[in-house]
Amino acid sequence: TLTCQQVGYFSGRLQKFNTFSQMRVCVCLCTDVSAQEQPELFLKKLQQCCAVFDFMDTLSDLKMKEYKRSTLNELVDYVTVSRGYLTEQAYPEVVKMVSYNIFRTLPPSDSNEFDPEEDEPTLEASWPHLQLVYEFFIRFLESQEFQPSIAKKYIDQKFVLQLLELFDSEDPRERDYLKTVLHRIYGKFLGLRAFIRKQINNIFLRFVYETEHFNGVAELLEILGSIINGFALPLKAEHKQFLVKVLIPLHTVRSLSLFHAQLAYCIVQFLEKDPALTEPVIGGLLKFWPKTCSQKEVMFLGELEEILDVIEPTQFVKIQDPLFKQISKCVSSPHFQVAERALYYWNNEYIMSLIEENSNVILPIMFTSLYRISKEHWNPAIVALVYNVLKAFMEMNSTLFDELTSTYKSDRQREKKKEKEREELWKRLEDLELKRSLQSDGIIPT
Amino acid sequence: MAGADSDDSLYPIAVLIDELRNEDVQLRLNSIKKLSTIALALGVERTRTELLPFLTDTIYDEDEVLLALAEQLGNFTMLVGGPEYVHCLLPPLESLATVEETVVRDKAVESLRKISHEHSPVDLEVHFEPLVKRLASGDWFTSRTSACGLFSVCYPRVSSTVKAEIRQHFRTLCSDDTPMVRRAAASKLGEFAKVLELEYVKSDIISLFTALASDEQDSVRLLAVEAGVSIATLLPQEDLEALVMPTLRQAAEDKSWRVRYMVADKFSDLQKAVGPEITKNDLVPAFQNLLKDCEAEVRAAAANKVKEFCENLPEDSRETIIMTHILPCVKELVSDTNQHVKSALASVIMGLSTILGKDNTIEHLLPLFLAQLKDECPEVRLNIISNLDCVNEVIGIRQLSQSLLPAIVELAEDAKWRVRLAIIEYMPLLAGQLGVEFFDEKLNSLCMAWLVDHVYAIREAATCNLMKLVEKFGAEWAQNTIVPKVLGMANDPNYLHRMTTLFCINALSEVCGQEITTKHMLPVVFKMSNDQVANVRFNVAKSLQKIGPVLDSNCLQTEVKPVLEKLASDQDIDVKYFAQEAISVLSLA
Repeated sequence: TLTCQQVGYFSGRLQKFNTFSQMRVCVCLCTDVSAQEQPELFLKKLQQCCAVFDFMDTLSDLKMKEYKRSTLNELVDYVTVSRGYLTEQAYPEVVKMVSYNIFRTLPPSDSNEFDPEEDEPTLEASWPHLQLVYEFFIRFLESQEFQPSIAKKYIDQKFVLQLLELFDSEDPRERDYLKTVLHRIYGKFLGLRAFIRKQINNIFLRFVYETEHFNGVAELLEILGSIINGFALPLKAEHKQFLVKVLIPLHTVRSLSLFHAQLAYCIVQFLEKDPALTEPVIGGLLKFWPKTCSQKEVMFLGELEEILDVIEPTQFVKIQDPLFKQISKCVSSPHFQVAERALYYWNNEYIMSLIEENSNVILPIMFTSLYRISKEHWNPAIVALVYNVLKAFMEMNSTLFDELTSTYKSDRQREKKKEKEREELWKRLEDLELKRSLQSDGIIPT
Repeated sequence: MAGADSDDSLYPIAVLIDELRNEDVQLRLNSIKKLSTIALALGVERTRTELLPFLTDTIYDEDEVLLALAEQLGNFTMLVGGPEYVHCLLPPLESLATVEETVVRDKAVESLRKISHEHSPVDLEVHFEPLVKRLASGDWFTSRTSACGLFSVCYPRVSSTVKAEIRQHFRTLCSDDTPMVRRAAASKLGEFAKVLELEYVKSDIISLFTALASDEQDSVRLLAVEAGVSIATLLPQEDLEALVMPTLRQAAEDKSWRVRYMVADKFSDLQKAVGPEITKNDLVPAFQNLLKDCEAEVRAAAANKVKEFCENLPEDSRETIIMTHILPCVKELVSDTNQHVKSALASVIMGLSTILGKDNTIEHLLPLFLAQLKDECPEVRLNIISNLDCVNEVIGIRQLSQSLLPAIVELAEDAKWRVRLAIIEYMPLLAGQLGVEFFDEKLNSLCMAWLVDHVYAIREAATCNLMKLVEKFGAEWAQNTIVPKVLGMANDPNYLHRMTTLFCINALSEVCGQEITTKHMLPVVFKMSNDQVANVRFNVAKSLQKIGPVLDSNCLQTEVKPVLEKLASDQDIDVKYFAQEAISVLSLA
């Protein structure tokens, strides 16, 4: 789908470029010279485009900037139509020109604490050139004449590493192009695939455990979504490790909302490949369940529903106990959006059927919370939803339901008693500690 | 020990472990935080044989719980039986040092470092060092990262064979496959170098430093800069040029601004580490470049260091270097396009005057101060004003007063209340330096205007400012200039302003003394006890409580007491409350 959109996008741009080239007067690559001379002129123009201009200074080199822009347009036109242009000498020159233009240390963010949800991103000043370089490179990679076996000498690990660092760009337009570029490279260079995956791992781990800052997480996850889709079965240990040690911890990051959709997609892809991964995935989500951020909690509940939609009944049985303990906490959340999101599970037919099959386990877990909030929750909409859920449970398993209702009070009392015992135990322990420290102060020299 | 045995039977381990397994995370966390109590109840032997194995094997928990555990175990030596048994704590800490969450791992490493000192040299080799090796060769990056922080604590106390192994492990980690580990190694490189013998610093550390400083990732390179500073302090002067300087020069010109920023940020340390000769030849041009860097972030970091750098220049050539090399760059920064750069410069530039002396200050620096005082960014102006004392010592503040005044007036009326607040705080200092006549003529009206600011924080600061001014200029000055104005506000139609009168009286009574308080202030307070706004009335009660100690006892009994008694029977509950409180505090009941 992505490609289709982009093809439309490209052809729209192309018409515009053609109008520009008609206006130009200098020697044109496509029309002004004979076919034999074209490859050489192509190389020359590539070399010219290695010159990088300062766009922060809006007044300098205006003519040269315009000349480079039109030259880049020519290059784009030239690689679009296949005409035997890709001589072996062209490869290093193309990679060189692209490297000179796109590889740079990204500038510091303008606002000290750039918040992608609140602040406008700083757009790349050199975009008029940069965009054309990216367009040119993508067409080069997609060209029918393109031969990975030659290109791999130049598009190597170091190239990929620098490309990945650019995903931190604040400019969403640039990240969008990078996504396509990386996707093409992953598709065409089999030798780089493991390396690319490993470096993305490193970026994510740094993001989660060191900086919490990287602008291109959503884009990288989008690429990974389609990579995971193509994994062969059975899954390699490396891939499973990636799921458990990288993708799951990504849920802990503060800015989760910016890439949650892509992340949830990757997780579900994994589970569709290998249902046996359900237990570690749900275990991981429960471990990282948000404690204070209700907005994130709603996202977790959404993702969990996506997982439950594809869960196998045998897997469901394995995780139902910890899972419904969490859900029972969610339905009694004082934040009504959290409670509401959790209660919506009972509108999902497949989840309902799973609950019904296992009502003897789930009902006792859920009952206390449901019973309590049906009386106490401040929000009438939640109370209404809870009544429906209680009604559903009653219809599912009326014997157990009646039993739980009748023991509700004595259960609460038992809990209170246990709580009191705990308190007493700790009090005794603290007295002991006090006694010991007095003793040791008096007797044992330290 | 008999007593301890009978206690043990009261607390079977199962009960205690149940607490550590409680389903509720919060309760589990509470239990872990009191782990020392549990250990105490069990006694040292059962702590070693039952509790620690349980902690090592069965705890898979939330990071918050693990963090608490990692911290607890660092203080557990006595609870397992003293240094002789301290190695029992290694297994649980080892697994905590491998978890993903950084804060947990860091805490485990911190605890391991702590208990490493409690190991005997033999135990260190038998138990601790093997743990470090296992971590250093772990599969997942987390354990290798943790290992980096443990080398330096065991190196000094082990045999030379083991030392060689440790050096080898550190070398391996410096060229680790994952940047996370290389970053950890780079950040510990300086610390590790400090415990190494000089010959190994030269043979091992230098090559590692060079490699890390040219790493493909800038996040690694920038950490190497800090290590470079530490390493430079360890080497004899004659080796610096060959061993460290090429790498540091390269860092100062790195293509990544983050690395250059780091160099700028560490510049003073670097300067001290390499000594005067290298400073003159190398660091001066490098510093000039950083002050002219294309990235504002770097320029600001360098600008922050201008004063310190100049101060630490060798005395014989200090003035020449500043005048010919540094000052031209500083002049350019005064009109930098970025306000952070200008404001960083403004926070240190005044310090140059003490270094350059009176004549140079007047000729070269004064125009820069004046330019910054007129800067469009309030922070820049504020930074200049806040450092006036340095320049006052050298040339006297009068030189500046012409430009100072408009700058102060503008800041005093800035739309942002934080800016106004900041300038108020410098008022007493300015008043002291400018003298009473200048103050009365130009600044007094500003100080009074702040008393009726619409932001409470400003009114409060203005009140406090008055008190400091009276401390400087004396009670007589107060009586003539500010007290009449303050008391005049008691008739203001706005009750907030009437309350400000009371707040000012609270602040001023002590510094003004008994006479002024009794004669001028007290009547006004009494009059306000009939105010129609309850807030004013209960503040009268509070004020009387506050100024009571300044008054004589006769006045308290005959004048204050009746007023408070009247307020104590007020209709408003708060007025009553504060009146009664005042009565009891002043012992008038």
